[in-house]
Amino acid sequence: MGNLLLADMNVHHLWYAIPLIVTVSLVYAATRHEEMAPILHHALRVAVWIVGFMVIVFVVLALIAWWI
Amino acid sequence: MVSIPPKRPIGATSEVPSVPETTNSQEARELVLKDPALAAFLAWLVPGLGHIYQGRTAKGVLFFVCLMATFAYGCYLGGSRETGWARVVYAAWDEDDTRLPFLCQIGIGLPAMPALVQASRVRNNKAPILNGFMAPPRQGDRGVGPTLDELHQKLHTYFELGTVYTMIAGLLNILAIYDAWGGPVFPEPDKKKDDEDEDEPEAKTPSGQGGDQGLNG
Repeated sequence: MGNLLLADMNVHHLWYAIPLIVTVSLVYAATRHEEMAPILHHALRVAVWIVGFMVIVFVVLALIAWWI
Repeated sequence: MVSIPPKRPIGATSEVPSVPETTNSQEARELVLKDPALAAFLAWLVPGLGHIYQGRTAKGVLFFVCLMATFAYGCYLGGSRETGWARVVYAAWDEDDTRLPFLCQIGIGLPAMPALVQASRVRNNKAPILNGFMAPPRQGDRGVGPTLDELHQKLHTYFELGTVYTMIAGLLNILAIYDAWGGPVFPEPDKKKDDEDEDEPEAKTPSGQGGDQGLNG
C-alpha cells in the first residue's frame, strides 16, 4: 500500500512547492524583522521548518497507507 | 551577528506614530511609519508600495518581487494562449459558480482588479477584453470563451495550481499590509537574555505586538 501511495503521487508536482516555500518564508520573515540579514536567516529557518513539517506529514500518511 | 547603524528615523517628522524600540537589540531602532493607514492602503494597492512610501525600500522591493512573482506565475499556470491568460483569477458570484478564491486573490490589490472589470463587462453583456484575461468562464449565453468545465479539462492540474499560487500571493500581501500599518512583529527575545537583563532596571520591554511561537529559533 505504501508503494501505491508513492506510485500514485505526481512527484513532479512537488517542484511547484519550492517557489511557494521560498515566497512564504521570505514574506513571513520580512514581517518579523526590519533588516535584510535577519530576514534571510529567519526565512531559512522557516523554510526548513516547512519542509520538515511536510516530510513528517508525508511519513505519517505513508505509514497509514502502509498499515491499511 | 548583524551590526546595525545607530538609530536613524526612517520617517520625516516626530509627529507621526512610530514603533517603539524592541528587545531585539540587534535591530532596535526607531521606526517611523508615517501615515499607517495610507501606507496600508498603498501596500494593498501594490505589494511593497506602502513600505516604499515609508522609506523601507528594501522590504518594499522584497514584498513586491516575491508577491508579484508568485501572482504572475499563478496567472501563467492558470491560463494558456488558447483559453486566455490568468483564467484562474476571476470574479463570479452566481449560484453555479461562486468564486470564493477571489476573496483571497483580491488581497493583492491592483493586479487582481482586471477581474472586476471583466466581470462587470460580462454582467452587462459586453465581451471581455484582452483575450479573456481574468474573465469569468462562459455560463450559457453569458460571456465568451471556455466554460468552467472546459477550463478544467484544458488546464488540468494547473487550474488548481494557478489558483493556489494566486490565492497565496493575495493572502501573503495581507501580512505585508499589516507590516506596513503596524511595523514588524519582532520575535520574542531569548529567555536566557531575559534572565540576564532582569537585574537591569532600564531594560527594554517587548513592543507588545506579540511574537511567533515556533519559528524564531
